[in-house]
Amino acid sequence: MSADTAAPTTERSPGPPAKIVRAGERQQSLASRIWAGTWPKLLAVFLAIAIWQVTVWAAWKPEYLLPSPATVFQDLADLAQTQDFWRAINTTMQRAAVGFAFSLVFGTLLGIAVSQSRILRSGVGSMITGLQTMPSIVWFPFAILIFGLFNPFAIMFVIVLGAAPSIANGVISGIDEVPPPLLRAGHMLGARGINRYRYVVLPAALPSYLAGLKQGWAFAWRSLMAGELIVQLSGEVTLGGSLNDAQVTGQADDLLAFMIVILIIGMVVDGIFSAITNRVRTRRGLTGFTG
Amino acid sequence: MKSTLSTETSGLDTSGPPPGQNGAHPIAVDIRGVSKEFGHGASHTVALQDTSLQVREREFVCLVGASGCGKTTLLNLIAGLDRPSSGTIETGDRRVALMFQESTLFPWLTLEQNVELALKLRGVDKATRKARTEELLELVRLGGRGKKRPHELSGGMRQRGALARVLGQDADIALMDEPFGALDAMTRDSMHDELERIRAEVELTVVFVTHNVREAVRLSDRTILMESGPGRVKSQHTIDLSRPRHMEDPQVAEQAGALTAELKDEVRRHVR
Repeated sequence: MSADTAAPTTERSPGPPAKIVRAGERQQSLASRIWAGTWPKLLAVFLAIAIWQVTVWAAWKPEYLLPSPATVFQDLADLAQTQDFWRAINTTMQRAAVGFAFSLVFGTLLGIAVSQSRILRSGVGSMITGLQTMPSIVWFPFAILIFGLFNPFAIMFVIVLGAAPSIANGVISGIDEVPPPLLRAGHMLGARGINRYRYVVLPAALPSYLAGLKQGWAFAWRSLMAGELIVQLSGEVTLGGSLNDAQVTGQADDLLAFMIVILIIGMVVDGIFSAITNRVRTRRGLTGFTG
Repeated sequence: MKSTLSTETSGLDTSGPPPGQNGAHPIAVDIRGVSKEFGHGASHTVALQDTSLQVREREFVCLVGASGCGKTTLLNLIAGLDRPSSGTIETGDRRVALMFQESTLFPWLTLEQNVELALKLRGVDKATRKARTEELLELVRLGGRGKKRPHELSGGMRQRGALARVLGQDADIALMDEPFGALDAMTRDSMHDELERIRAEVELTVVFVTHNVREAVRLSDRTILMESGPGRVKSQHTIDLSRPRHMEDPQVAEQAGALTAELKDEVRRHVR
């Protein structure tokens, strides 16, 4: 087939222009696609700020309690010049990373164990779902009692309890929902024992696992913020701690600025998980119908 | 028939002895008195009852019957995916591969990774794997499409890919469960030609399940009609029409007609 070169040469002259037009169209459609995904978000942000601004103009609360968007963004820009601001982000993100890593290991192992054992499944399976519906902040009094108010382990403990059940559930449903024909095909190919997991079950379970990780992150982030508000370590600068300080000292502009930072970090990490999930789904042909 | 040879199948070797029941080839699949029952109490069903069947090496056998005649059950038993309730199935130390109606290429792998996995799982070293994968994709006419993912291929291409994976298993026996059942008629016809062409190049015993009598006559050396409730072998028919054959050949139509009449009798009897 590839040896046949006669046909393309005769069609050479009409060839290139058509190609250029097609390439241009593709570029345009990419740009317009990015725009199509961006403008609703920009509009939403604009609307939120507008509502905020109107509330300030309405003088519902005095400016020192409810500063205007301009004041807060100016304050945020000032804060970004300080060392403490970046130290707070650094400490909190490190803690988030470590907490999430623990949750990931624990949740994954728990999920695999439960999905493999009938006894564990009937015993622990429903408990995992129960834990998932329980607000993780409920664990703090207990964690503080056990670890002490000034122990960072109290926060880690609650992060793992908040995030691990989601991750475990992602593993369990992913393994449960591997299409049986793929399992049979894998068996016939000789993917048995550990290879069954390596080549069939785990790759097949990946989309569900990623969804579990994404949800786990959301829970971890919430637990961490709650923890930093409650558990104050001396000499430590954190995002949650800064938020608390701003409230105690009545710095409304700082308070709102830190809230914006917390919102943005949560969204960025969530966006990373979404991007990974979408990439995996697209590669497998699981997307396409978006209407 | 020879004069109506189409160019794409002209490379086919039809001069050799037809692999059939002439005793030249040893028995590859030996099924003796096999029964398979599912469920207990009210849901108890006998999917397959006292079935015996021998398939010789290089033979192409089609199992035909209405749904519920246990043909897929029988295939799963031969594949070792399930165990018979009684009786024995012997395939010796032959490698068995199974091909399904829906492509079961793994969606997380590219086409070539899918084929390569079959080689990898039987311990072929990496360098050989690459070359062999390319060969196999060429053989099923998917050369140059190795980087595609299954969902980017048409149904026919996916089944070709599945066929390449079966060949990658270096199987002696290929069990095919309505592999072309989900394809349109034209694609299916071309898949028949491909399968025949490939079988001329690769030694392969095939047990092929279909509910399409004409497809069975088109492809097989021997067609087994099965009856339902409980499933068992009804009759066996040697198809000694010369190859290559086509779905539209009058001889194919005639044989298929006779077999269909027999099957219809059986279905009618069963429904009544």
